[in-house]
Amino acid sequence: MTDLIDLYERMAIIRRTEKAAQDLFLAGLIKGTTHLAAGHEAVAVGANDALRADDYVFATYRGHHHAIARGATPEECLAELMSKATGICKAKGGSMHLTKADANMLGSYAIVGSHLPMAVGAAWSATLRGTDQVAVAFFGDGATNIGAFHEALNLAAVWRLPVLFVCENNLYMEYTPIGSVTAVANPAADRAPAYGLPAEVIDGNDVLVVRDAVARAAQRARDGGGPTVLEARTYRHYGHSRTDPAKYRPEDEVRQWLERDPLTLARAKLLEQGVPEEEIAERDAHAERVVAAAVDAAKSAPDADPREAFTDVWADGSATWRT
Amino acid sequence: MADMTANRESVTVTTYRESVAEGIAREMRRDPTVVCLGEDIGAAEGVFKTTVGLFKEFGPRRVWDTPISEQAIVGAAMGAAMTGLRPVAEIMFSDFLACCWDYLANEIPKVRYMTGGQLSVPLVVRTANGGGLGFGAQHSQAVENWAFTVPGLKVVAPSTPADVVGLMASAIRSDDPVVFFEHKGLFASKGPAAPPDHVVPLGEAAVVRSGTDVTLVALASTVPVALAAAEALAAEGVSVEVIDLRCLVPLDMRTVLESVQRTSRLVIVEENPYQGGWGGTVASIVADEGFELLDAPIRRVAAACVPLPFADALEDQVIPTVSTVTEAVRRLAAY
Ligand SMILES: Cc1ncc(C[n+]2csc(CCOP(=O)(O)OP(=O)(O)O)c2C)c(N)n1
Ligand SMILES: [Mg+2]
Repeated sequence: MTDLIDLYERMAIIRRTEKAAQDLFLAGLIKGTTHLAAGHEAVAVGANDALRADDYVFATYRGHHHAIARGATPEECLAELMSKATGICKAKGGSMHLTKADANMLGSYAIVGSHLPMAVGAAWSATLRGTDQVAVAFFGDGATNIGAFHEALNLAAVWRLPVLFVCENNLYMEYTPIGSVTAVANPAADRAPAYGLPAEVIDGNDVLVVRDAVARAAQRARDGGGPTVLEARTYRHYGHSRTDPAKYRPEDEVRQWLERDPLTLARAKLLEQGVPEEEIAERDAHAERVVAAAVDAAKSAPDADPREAFTDVWADGSATWRT
Repeated sequence: MADMTANRESVTVTTYRESVAEGIAREMRRDPTVVCLGEDIGAAEGVFKTTVGLFKEFGPRRVWDTPISEQAIVGAAMGAAMTGLRPVAEIMFSDFLACCWDYLANEIPKVRYMTGGQLSVPLVVRTANGGGLGFGAQHSQAVENWAFTVPGLKVVAPSTPADVVGLMASAIRSDDPVVFFEHKGLFASKGPAAPPDHVVPLGEAAVVRSGTDVTLVALASTVPVALAAAEALAAEGVSVEVIDLRCLVPLDMRTVLESVQRTSRLVIVEENPYQGGWGGTVASIVADEGFELLDAPIRRVAAACVPLPFADALEDQVIPTVSTVTEAVRRLAAY
């Protein structure tokens, strides 16, 4: 179990990476789009600390926090966003597809809900290979209304697979509140009983609460107890994507959630534990330095090699489809 | 090409249907990471009886009955393939690929590429394809062209029992994702059984009849149609060469272009609709790279651009038949 101060530092690194991504985007150094996870850090960092290195993680297009929590460096992530040859996916994926396969972070998927069945398959594979690995799918509240979510929960339940379904309920899909398009109050947790699955709604901004809930669910899965649905309530600090100013969110709501910023909550707990302020400040400064160095390194990295457009289609590395 | 004339007496004959189960069983015996999943494939042995014997031999940890959840079937196969298994997923009718098309269009073919080569999905999606059995518009389509439009998928469609086994071996052993189209209209057809350890590499077309006047390029169900047309035309003095493509990806254009070099005339016979059918790509490559070889326009005989009707009399109007192919070749030979 990692000390809270170290979890704090990891969250601080993710927070600053997201800030850097936003700044680089506004400076025109990142093309396309980004879906920043600032505000969601406790879900990724807390969950990762409850998982083993050989467990499988599947994330969404809002997935920078999961890649970094799993061990991707801010530098390789930012380089990917900046279309650099040193990008984590050789600049073929971009912001929405950060992947760290050697840390069993098996991808970020941008078709809403598509990766839930994949996580089920990874858990199925673990049981057939006789390991006690678990697989975790992180997804948004919006994914709970797509067919793949329901097919995945049912199959995982009937096959009693070691899989965790972790919903990051940030109250909104793109611009529309989940509550306005869903007939139940807790879009993930309230569906679980229909599949005979246990579920819990948790504070997704409290890194220790997340760690504890994921640890319990992972243990149940390893012990043969089957899947669990966790619904972590959280909030995004930026808009949905790019320069979305998120004007559709009431000011009061934003203020309340910013007061419950996962970093603020962790800092309060650290002070309560008697950790000196200077030590927390030193961790913040360290995060600042790590990300500043990552930005510099990514900026000066070589651009993606155009020839890479024609590699990695097939297992032999080629793109050859005909004679 | 193997010599099919020797020892004709001693060659065992089997059906295309039995060869599907045989091909899968051979791979399951040699590789414990091969697992099957799909609807009614286990104790019930498949709605087309193409998984007969698998559940009995390999048991419930290798052969899994699923709910009617096409996305979960193919999505779980993908997750399992990324993590050390070689799943063989069955989608009962190829029409139902539309229900899990996200996985075939967006996920499976792209994940290696978009992760810069970090992930691999060695899986096979098998599916019963095509018409001729009067199942109507939602259970009769030839949709191999759907898969053919997606870079990153290998596409296989055998026409003979031995090729079913040999191509199944290559498909399951492939580290690339393969969509394996089994033709419903061929399930009852018979042919020489595959010899032991039979492996047909992906992307090698077969010249199944030699000829000098016209090249007929065919796939799956249109191979026997093309062969019957060739036989009829031989009586009229037209010598037809028939190529069974066997795979759409990789596409063996070398064999097609070499044949056109000999015959100077090309007819493509497809069961998928003319509109968007794979023959359009074959024709465009020959037009681009083999224009000087041609003495006549390229002709395509494909399904009409309507939904598949139910009645035989109507279905015959839509799908290529021996007479429509014969007529197309006859006209082209006289061009
Ligand atoms: C199948 C599908 N439909 C629509 C979209 C467009 N889209 C991208 S993100 C998004 C909102 C998803 O909301 P949620 O699941 O709550 O995740 P969040 O962005 O809040 O993390 C939508 C509709 C998509 N990518 N995939
Ligand atoms: Mg959301």
